[in-house]
Parts: sequence; C-alpha cells; structure tokens
Amino acid sequence: MLPAELAERLRSRFPEPLEARGEVTVFVAPEELQQALEHLRGEEDLAFDTLSDVTATDWPGSDPRFWLAYQLRSMRYGHRLRVKVGLPDSDPRVPSVTPMYATANWLEREVFDFFGLIFDGHPDLRRIEMPDGWVGHPLRKDEPLAGVNTQYKGAFIPPPDQRGL
Amino acid sequence: MPVQRIEGVHTGQTEGEAEEEARRGLMTTTLGRAVAWARKNSMWPATFGLACCAIEMMAAGAADYDLSRWGMEIFRASPRQADLMIVAGRVSQKMGPVLRQIYDQMPEPKWVISMGVCASTGGMFNNYGLIQGVDTIVPVDIYVPGCPPRPEMLMYGILRLHHKVQQEARLK
Repeated sequence: MLPAELAERLRSRFPEPLEARGEVTVFVAPEELQQALEHLRGEEDLAFDTLSDVTATDWPGSDPRFWLAYQLRSMRYGHRLRVKVGLPDSDPRVPSVTPMYATANWLEREVFDFFGLIFDGHPDLRRIEMPDGWVGHPLRKDEPLAGVNTQYKGAFIPPPDQRGL
Repeated sequence: MPVQRIEGVHTGQTEGEAEEEARRGLMTTTLGRAVAWARKNSMWPATFGLACCAIEMMAAGAADYDLSRWGMEIFRASPRQADLMIVAGRVSQKMGPVLRQIYDQMPEPKWVISMGVCASTGGMFNNYGLIQGVDTIVPVDIYVPGCPPRPEMLMYGILRLHHKVQQEARLK
C-alpha cells in the first residue's frame, strides 16, 4: 500500500494520520496502544506483523514531554507505519507490547535504560546497555552532556579535568 | 646476566682480572637485575584490543614493525599467561569491570600500558558512555598519547616500560 493510500485507509480508525515525506504516522493514547497495535496487526489488508524499532524523544518543558515511536513494517505488503505515543513528565508509563511482538523485549529495555520510561507488564525490565548500577538515564535532555563521572562499582570518579591531577 | 661460577675461576678484583673474565665471556651482576633483564626481554602482552588503537597494536606486532625483536610477539589469548596489558582503545562503562577482572587474572608481576588518548583520559568521548581514563580502575605504568599512536609510538612506550622494568630490578 502506498503511503497516501495507507493514510487514507487508517483515517477511519485513527484520527488525523500524518503523511509526510512518504512516511505515515498515527498518534494514539498510552492506554490504547495495545488495542491499536492488535488492530494494525490483525487487519487483513494492513498486516503489520513486524516491529522494527522502538525509540523515544525527550522534549523538556512541553507536554507531553516524551514521545515514544513504534516503527512497524508489514512483511507481507512491504509498507511501513510509525505509531507515536505521548507520555507525561510525571510517571511516564505505557503498557508493554512484548506479548505481541517478541522483539519489543530488548527494544523496550533500551528505551527504559536511556529514557527511564516504564513499560508495564514487561517480563524483564532491566538496563540493557548501561551498567546495572548506573544512576540516571543518559539520553534525557536534563542529563549532563559531558563531564560525566565514571561510575565504577559504586564509586564516582570525576572526569580528568576535575580530578586535580 | 646471571653469573656462571666455574670451578677455579674467581670474579675479577682488579681491572686486569675483569678484562680477562670479559674475554672469557663472563659478567657479574645482581640477582635482581638478572631477573629484571629476563622479565623485560620476554614480556608477553595480553590480547586486549578494544578499538582502532588495536589495529596499530596489531601492526606493531606484525612483520613490518616486528615486536618479536624484543621477545614479545606472542599476544597471549589468556590473561593468566600474560604480564603486560596494552589497553588499546576506549573502555566503555560496562567494559570497565571486565577490564579489571582481566587485570586481576594476570599473574604478578604485571604492567599496564594505556595506549591512545581514549584509554588515557577518555579523549574526545567526553560523555556518559566511556570511562574517563583507564587509570581510574587499573594502575597504569606508561601512557602512550596519540589518536591512534603509530606503531613507532607504541614501541617507544614499550621500550620506556622495558627501561622501567630494568630500573625496578625488584624481586617479588
């Protein structure tokens, strides 16, 4: 299905699908995410059977602060779709889609690791990239960009320029 | 060199006697210096390439630069057979405990060369991902600057380390 056709097809189920530069985006509320993905996967002419990626962006000061993006792909028809979910600054929670897409397991762990978003119902929500004992979520915009302490087994070692060498 | 004591030969007291011994191929030294000489001339590095510096380290070990001239062409795959760790590349925060474990597994005496700016200070990666200087988790003997250092630079660092090992002349 071509992007314009896809956007037109989704208009009945999702309000205002966005079609820009050949990419289609739909917006859903956190509590409707699972239903929406089940719908997109189950419809015979959509068949979004693959979750390629789960990513997030951080927009401090705006509401919602976090935008989650689920990149879907249909292996049967070859078309793609992005599902975006806005999450508030306080208590950013969204239901996990791991029962539906097995790939979501590690992808959601990565988003949790870097942004601190909570995926309810995830079977094993641990850090995946950063060390287990790391304090903070480094891809949030309010985390320091440079001059980060080395966290080694509970010790905090400042960067070389602050070590008084 | 260790002293070889042969029956009927005494170590030279006068200059003439010393010359005579040198002519026979004898030399006197202390045990510590002899051990240090042996250590520095067969130093076995652990295979521990982390990033682009490892390419230069491999080049230093290969035919063109030929580290085997100093008896150290064998990069040991097991830290238990190595006494030199060349930290060649950036160390991520998650790799830090692994690096420390490999260091702990190496038998004494052991030395560490921090190769390149990333291993020495974090280099241009001043961010959450990397350890800002490997000397925060293991004791470093020689820092080799460069991004990455050429094999000549690494070899110079190794020779300085050899000098250090010879000067230490310690028994442990």
